[in-house]
Amino acid sequence: MFDLGLREIQLMQKAFFPMLIRGIQYTIPLSLVSFAFGIVLAVLTALAIINRVPVARQIARVYVWIFRGTPLLVQLFIVFWGICSPLGISKWAAAVIAFSLNVGAYAAETIRAAILSIPQGQWEAGYAVSMSYSKVFRRIIAPQAAKVSIPPLMNTFISLVKDTSLASTIMIGEMFRRAQEFAASSFEYFWMYVEVAFIYLIFCSILNGVQKLLEKKLRVGM
Amino acid sequence: MYLVEKIHKRFGKGPEILKGVTLEIEPNKTTVLVGPSGSGKTTLLRCINLLELPDSGVVDLNGARCEFGNGKKYGRNSTQIRDVREKTGMVFQNFNLFPHKTVLGNIIEGPTQVLGTPKDQAVEEARELLRKVGLLEKENAYPAELSGGQQQRIAIARALAMKPELLLFDEPTSALDPELEVEVLNLIRQLVEEKRTIVIVTHKMSFAREIADQMVFFCDGDILKKGSYEELQNSGIPRVTQFLNMLQ
Repeated sequence: MFDLGLREIQLMQKAFFPMLIRGIQYTIPLSLVSFAFGIVLAVLTALAIINRVPVARQIARVYVWIFRGTPLLVQLFIVFWGICSPLGISKWAAAVIAFSLNVGAYAAETIRAAILSIPQGQWEAGYAVSMSYSKVFRRIIAPQAAKVSIPPLMNTFISLVKDTSLASTIMIGEMFRRAQEFAASSFEYFWMYVEVAFIYLIFCSILNGVQKLLEKKLRVGM
Repeated sequence: MYLVEKIHKRFGKGPEILKGVTLEIEPNKTTVLVGPSGSGKTTLLRCINLLELPDSGVVDLNGARCEFGNGKKYGRNSTQIRDVREKTGMVFQNFNLFPHKTVLGNIIEGPTQVLGTPKDQAVEEARELLRKVGLLEKENAYPAELSGGQQQRIAIARALAMKPELLLFDEPTSALDPELEVEVLNLIRQLVEEKRTIVIVTHKMSFAREIADQMVFFCDGDILKKGSYEELQNSGIPRVTQFLNMLQ
């Protein structure tokens, strides 16, 4: 099964671009969209908790508790089979909803910690020039917190890119689904899955580079 | 007229830090708050610009007025609070410059974001202030690239950029080496000579004596004695005279 002969190489050649294209078509957009929604959700959740907003704070806490405490695969199944499928909502929406909610719960804690890591004096310096809460947050706190949270948020993003492979279980034809199809039709399980693993590795390596660039760009002055 | 009246403040369930302090701040004069650590002078200073909200009492800065107590509450964004803050400029012990902004960016932040000053004009005024504090060549530096003394001078420029009626200093040289302290003290001297309205908390007694029009001695959350330095020294109150002599 580990033999790497002409047949295996030909199979891998044949599969490479179809898999890569599925990755570019589906895996990456699914990751990006889910991450974007997830971050918005995470910021709102973190602010609700930090500012002790009545009701919203309790909801935020329960949300983080549930989505960090249950498996992503189970969340995906509940959202798709339990909610979206009966209501006639597409599997794509189900996937985005499940991934966003999951990322939001993890990133909320990252962002909360990042915001709290900015010294109180920064808030006060903003208030002292009569800035409003939202101005201080947007112009003074958020840029500093963003810098702090980039490494852990990139962790979350890299996890998400790989976790989108779970979408194959709700019949979304993303990259891993395509690998399964190639594997099943050729009975060449080992090399097909190694190949798709390699493509995930390429994607994540690119993200490593993006992280380095972002950190460099935001290092100014700090 | 600048007045804080019957200010009470406690933090959580702790002891009362301010026990009904009333203080009139004279325009164009320098008021120095002195007293032992924990006596409430910094808390009072922070109540003047409402970085701390009193539990009860009145803050009235030339018409910008906030009353506290009897269930009166202000949201943290209320216009009354921000009106009070607009009349004051605050210089912190730890500078609190914005580390992600340049020197120029730090100074124009308030004018452009709060006063609505056009950016060109704000930059021009900021350069004027940089010239005043002697750091014109540093306009594109980030705070981390500056010495403590330079950072504090920038912080003073940032406070002045808002054209405040009242300047508040919270132990402005406590975080500085003696060498760097001098440049900040000189700048404050200059502001005193310009007859600005200044309230300053400091432990530097010789400096306090030099610049004070009015000295206010704090003890256990209230004003024990106020007057000129000589009046305090000749007050015959042991707590006051001991403190002044100790820190000579």
